[in-house]
Amino acid sequence: MTSIEASWSIDKKIPSELDAGHAVIEELMTALETLGWEGRDVFHIQMAIEEAVVNAIEHGNKRDDSKHVHVVFRVNRERAELAVTDQGQGFDHRNVADPTEDDRVDQPRGRGVMLIRELMTESAYNDAGNGVWMLKIRSQPEESGSEA
Amino acid sequence: MASYRRITVLEEGGVSVVRFIDKKIVDSGTIEQLGEELNALVTNEKRNMLLLNFDGVEFMSSAALNKLISLNSKVKAAAGRLKLCCLRAEIHEVFKITRLDRVFDLRKTQDDALAAFKL
Repeated sequence: MTSIEASWSIDKKIPSELDAGHAVIEELMTALETLGWEGRDVFHIQMAIEEAVVNAIEHGNKRDDSKHVHVVFRVNRERAELAVTDQGQGFDHRNVADPTEDDRVDQPRGRGVMLIRELMTESAYNDAGNGVWMLKIRSQPEESGSEA
Repeated sequence: MASYRRITVLEEGGVSVVRFIDKKIVDSGTIEQLGEELNALVTNEKRNMLLLNFDGVEFMSSAALNKLISLNSKVKAAAGRLKLCCLRAEIHEVFKITRLDRVFDLRKTQDDALAAFKL
């Protein structure tokens, strides 16, 4: 990416392997940094996209090497729009158990949907439940700093 | 003392203070190894007073969080105590969103945490 470019995008089908997932996330993180994103926003995006990509590979495609994960990332200086779709059967995103309930809060799974919803500006799932779309609007400078 | 690749361990007044080698705890191989090493502290080395110091950790995925939850169960089963300290604000926020701040004892500084072991 050159310094005069103000946007970056990728539309790619990756194999159902975690290394491939992390490689494409690294490309995204590099693009965000180049476009001037920083601090809390970058952390939020990384957390959300990790959840989406790892879930697509592990729970969606069940690491089946005959299946791929389709990622579409479009980023500019103000918006990061990310879509991840797997070839699995999908899940009922409307009826995911609340992972913060007392009897579930110490269970080591089931936080992905909540984290994506809370950390991104907007998020939505397709009807089949095998694709997630999410949007992050860059915070104003006073919003993005770290707090103690 | 066993040697580890993902953590360092120092004794401070009867508490095992664990620090992380990796700034970003995200790679699945790293997370698996980290989980094994943390569990080994309790299972093999019989340490049950653990302080995890997150100073220098910039990012951790929820897969890494899951390892901490498993460790917490192991420490409880061993009648021990586990505390966390020095989390950067964004990681602390993840604990709050997921309500894991109710499960873990989070302290601002290592000194705060070590003092809390004496309570």
